[in-house]
Amino acid sequence: MTRSIGSADLAPAKYAFEIRAEGLEVTVGRRRKAVDGMDLALGTGVHGMLGPNGAGKTTLIRTLATVLHPSGGTLELFGTPLRALADKRELRRRIGYLPQEFGYYKRFTVREFVEYMAWLKEVPGKEVPGAVQRAVERVGLADRADHRLKTLSGGMVRRAGIAQAIVNDPRILLLDEPTVGLDPAQRLRFRELLQQLGLDCCVVVSTHLVEDVAAACTDVVLVAEGRLVFQGSPDELAAAGGPEHVGDSPIERGYSALLAPHSGDRGAW
Amino acid sequence: MTPRHPSVSLIGRYAGGGGGIATDELWALESHLESCGDCRRHLADLVGERAPEVSALVAGVWAELTPRLHAVPPTPQARRWVRRSATWWPPAMMSWFVTTVMATLFLVVAGHLLGAVGVTPMLLAAPVLPALGVAAAWSRGLDPAYELTISSPRAGLPLVLRRTAVVLVAVMPVLLVAGALTGISLAQWLLPSLAFTTGTLGLGSLIGMTRAAVALMSAWATVIVASSAALHDGVFALQPGSMPVWAALGALGAVLVVLRRNNYTSLAIHR
Repeated sequence: MTRSIGSADLAPAKYAFEIRAEGLEVTVGRRRKAVDGMDLALGTGVHGMLGPNGAGKTTLIRTLATVLHPSGGTLELFGTPLRALADKRELRRRIGYLPQEFGYYKRFTVREFVEYMAWLKEVPGKEVPGAVQRAVERVGLADRADHRLKTLSGGMVRRAGIAQAIVNDPRILLLDEPTVGLDPAQRLRFRELLQQLGLDCCVVVSTHLVEDVAAACTDVVLVAEGRLVFQGSPDELAAAGGPEHVGDSPIERGYSALLAPHSGDRGAW
Repeated sequence: MTPRHPSVSLIGRYAGGGGGIATDELWALESHLESCGDCRRHLADLVGERAPEVSALVAGVWAELTPRLHAVPPTPQARRWVRRSATWWPPAMMSWFVTTVMATLFLVVAGHLLGAVGVTPMLLAAPVLPALGVAAAWSRGLDPAYELTISSPRAGLPLVLRRTAVVLVAVMPVLLVAGALTGISLAQWLLPSLAFTTGTLGLGSLIGMTRAAVALMSAWATVIVASSAALHDGVFALQPGSMPVWAALGALGAVLVVLRRNNYTSLAIHR
């Protein structure tokens, strides 16, 4: 089946960056600022977000997915400033999101689950079967599409999660820890998929695995204590580290070099 | 504007190989054929007449392909009702429904055993049961896919109302049957239960659905205890005279829901 190209696909972009934040602050709970004055500009490509636990990665991704509201600063998605009480439907149709704690209905098959998500994402009814099949094929689950989710391994469930995130052909794709539960071979396939998606989409991947970033990302975003510490290419990250820094690979040494001033007294572990 | 169809002779020339058709005409013809089923049918008929070798080729391909296609097991038809019903009734709500039916049964039996007349356990519980359903439909703990749901474009007031409607449709027959068994009239609990429902939705947009349901239930319990301590012959809040107050509270909740309509797309309502 061929895909028709709609006016939305051909419309010129009126923005330089899909995601742009200035002085972004997000408060979690009563007082704690999980994101504290973040300046960020992310365009088309694969952006790997690295940082220690509690650095605010998940909060930032949730804010970008528009489920959390910034408490300060500005956030622009597709050049549109995000307002707390605005209608976000139009924005959300162009966003794909895989949460870290990704829940699903165990009795659904992969196809049913992705179809249900396509309905939630307001994919037009006629396009749903084709869009679902494409998404399922892209993550390599075509032969398991009619198996129930509870019979699948953890890695396959994760892939089903990625399939639901891309079913609406998003222009911003937010993946929170997508490589958890994937075996090494699957991670290689996943990196290929990321590179493919990054050609015409702004992909933000939060991860703990430095090697994923080195292999698949065009851009690294290093976050600590709710602030942007570094943004640049994987090579620039690697260049920041020297032999005196902790790590087994250049990029790991760069990571620890840049985070050293931020580790404070929590550096015991 | 009605589309202008190409002439049969033009389609015939196209079927015969397209020789002699100007490029712009060819382009217009092909783009028309892509979108017009009738003209494609003409083309198919004319290809049979003018270019039998093409029809023979296509027929040959089909002849070879058909047995192979039969050998491939067809993809099992997705259970369409699963997705359809999920749009109304997320699987997560089943546990709430079973709990409600069990609780209602328990209340009916308890009422019979206690031999209470007038104020039965059923009468006291009926107003808050739908509110619990509303909270369950939006609960982080009960719905595994809550974060996916809430981050989707469809999240928001329409989905909230859709699920609320389903909750009411599901719970009302249960309450009606229970009401008939215990002898309480519809008029006594219908308005209060609607008021609790809109109240949970409205308050839920401020402090989270589960908290809102808990807060309203606590308030209701306080009212019951206070009124049964004051008067021994019934709950004043459920007397016919209190019904305008319930209607007003329900309307207040509805207004709050409309005012806070864009808040149902945020994670905060799941706290």
